[in-house]
Amino acid sequence: MTWVKKPAEAMSFIRFLTRTQNTRALGWTDYVSYSYLLVGLFTMFAPVLWLLASSFKTESAIGQFPPTLLPYSQKMVRIKSYDNPLPLYVITNDVGETKTMAQVSRIGIIANMVDPDRPEETMQVNINQRTPVTEITIAIENYSDIFKKFTFGKYLWNSVFITVIATLLTLLINSMAAFALSKYKFTGQKFVFFLIIATLMIPPTIILVPVFLVINSVGLLNSLWGVILPAVATPTGVFLLRQYMLTIPDELLEAARMDHASEWRIYWRIILPLSAPALAVLAIFSVMWRWNDFLLPLIVLSKSEFFTLQLALNSFQGELHTQWHYLLAMTVITLLPITLVFAFLQRFITTGIASAGIK
Amino acid sequence: MRFIGFFFDLLEPLFKFAQKWLGIERLGWFFVGPNLLVFGVFTFLPIVINVIYAVTGGVQLIPFDRPYTGAENFQILFECRNYFDIQSCRKDVFWRAIFNTAKFSVIQVALMVFFSLVTALVLNRKIIGRGFWRGVFFYPVLLSPVVVALVWKWLLQSQGVFNALLVGAGQTPIEWLTNSQWAFFWTIFVSIWAHMGFYTLILLAGLQAIPKDLYEAALMDKASPLRTLWRITLPLLMPNLIVVLVLAMIRAVQVFDEVFVLTGGGPGSATTFIVQFIYQTGFAEQIHLYGLAAAASLTLALGLIALTLVQLKLTRANDVGQKTR
Repeated sequence: MTWVKKPAEAMSFIRFLTRTQNTRALGWTDYVSYSYLLVGLFTMFAPVLWLLASSFKTESAIGQFPPTLLPYSQKMVRIKSYDNPLPLYVITNDVGETKTMAQVSRIGIIANMVDPDRPEETMQVNINQRTPVTEITIAIENYSDIFKKFTFGKYLWNSVFITVIATLLTLLINSMAAFALSKYKFTGQKFVFFLIIATLMIPPTIILVPVFLVINSVGLLNSLWGVILPAVATPTGVFLLRQYMLTIPDELLEAARMDHASEWRIYWRIILPLSAPALAVLAIFSVMWRWNDFLLPLIVLSKSEFFTLQLALNSFQGELHTQWHYLLAMTVITLLPITLVFAFLQRFITTGIASAGIK
Repeated sequence: MRFIGFFFDLLEPLFKFAQKWLGIERLGWFFVGPNLLVFGVFTFLPIVINVIYAVTGGVQLIPFDRPYTGAENFQILFECRNYFDIQSCRKDVFWRAIFNTAKFSVIQVALMVFFSLVTALVLNRKIIGRGFWRGVFFYPVLLSPVVVALVWKWLLQSQGVFNALLVGAGQTPIEWLTNSQWAFFWTIFVSIWAHMGFYTLILLAGLQAIPKDLYEAALMDKASPLRTLWRITLPLLMPNLIVVLVLAMIRAVQVFDEVFVLTGGGPGSATTFIVQFIYQTGFAEQIHLYGLAAAASLTLALGLIALTLVQLKLTRANDVGQKTR
């Protein structure tokens, strides 16, 4: 409920709900607007919610057509003298009587059924006479299996490692550069700033092949560092931080120099703490960029032990027989951190993007 | 925190030494150093190498081992016996990719600008819970391309919800992603779904910067809402609209990851776009033709430069127009 965070908004929402004809009535344009927004709400969230709901279905439930919203699956019973659990059916005979029985085997259109109460006798039933007994089963095992059966924990760790280390490095070297560009006047400064901004114009897709060569020749192919290092210097980051640091008064630096503080100390004791808001914005962006990155890891990491979550998802979905029940659970885990970041920092991110115009 | 402090203290002697040696002002070079190093190695150097790749042949990765071939790579890419028939080109996939990318960009950008403008206009009205609604449209922007593609693939697969609805309505199911026209439609739809929120946000910021008294004046003059939109809102929003148009165009031309996971470029090459062609030529196919991929990259770069120039021209024309109005 992000929308009733502010008391004033909560009030206006309550006023909206309790609005009577005395106050300004909603015009037709308002109805059109709210309908548009509701359609938008459905279009944006329903696909993701459907994925979430489906990820709790068992393997057999997921293969059913037409699909159901809730995770129904066939009820199974254990019967003495049978090793495996048997699926339950409701049998309707010719006179319309019903009876619940378990299926032992099936040959063509004839099924061998057994009464759970009398396991000794089996009877033959036409398969058109039976309907499966279903129950809601939440397949939590989809989530635990992916850690047991696949090296999903490894992929998760790779993604977390890349995201955390790359973000820390990005913050460090970009803030250093921004400090130099905002608080010093050295020869060639304008040129450096121009060079950095110029790289904004060079999309990574264009230099894909030579970047691969460079990463290969410095020996970082199939290494997580090969994904981390090439993008730690971001022009957007430098630009964002520089603009913010320009607003920090120079007098603070002068005072520190009077007290014989070294330049490095000024940087990390004065400039860094004062730039915290801008650093936070860059940190959020960096986390999103890194967590979601696809093309660079795709060419750098070809061995599956180095796969990130995104690469693992891509390789699983490309298999001939996609195991959707596992794939969906993996997708949910992949989108979860970003969704949490969004839920808590939504206002912060949207205003940050609107002011910086970056993504 | 203490660990970070320790790390910073550890670096201090190094910088003190540099400070003594360079003096305070030239220490700036020391601070931008790491950044420039990364840019140099991973951005500027690759630009140079890209050009070398484009004019050399062979399958070797090291530039010095590659034989010089001049414009041969470009010839391979662009040569056709009959320029009115894609089938007759040596690299018909490349031509198809260019054609697909152009078609995709034009349709997607037009729809993207339209829908984000409408959404921004709605969000700019006096609505309750604007922050919440803004977030709703923005949420998919944060999702990774792979997740976006999988979310939709799950809905569109032959046993998915869309087909269940069709069957429920008595229709025959459609193979959404293996029918070339539908697959193309869905690549456009999904990419708009995923990125619309970003552009909406830029336009909304522009709308909120328009002075309110202009609207009050329009109200006094009994201007119709449509006229207000046409005469006040859109002209004043023009700078933001241009930004959105150009950003969306530059992104659309480079479309890759969502489509790669959603359709894999198929069926056939119906949804193969330029970047996927580059990826396949350089990395995915049996023989890695780096030269050909680099030549295609340079072609793409030229296209992007042209788009940026158009942007500059548009912005300037708009500025001049604003002044003379």
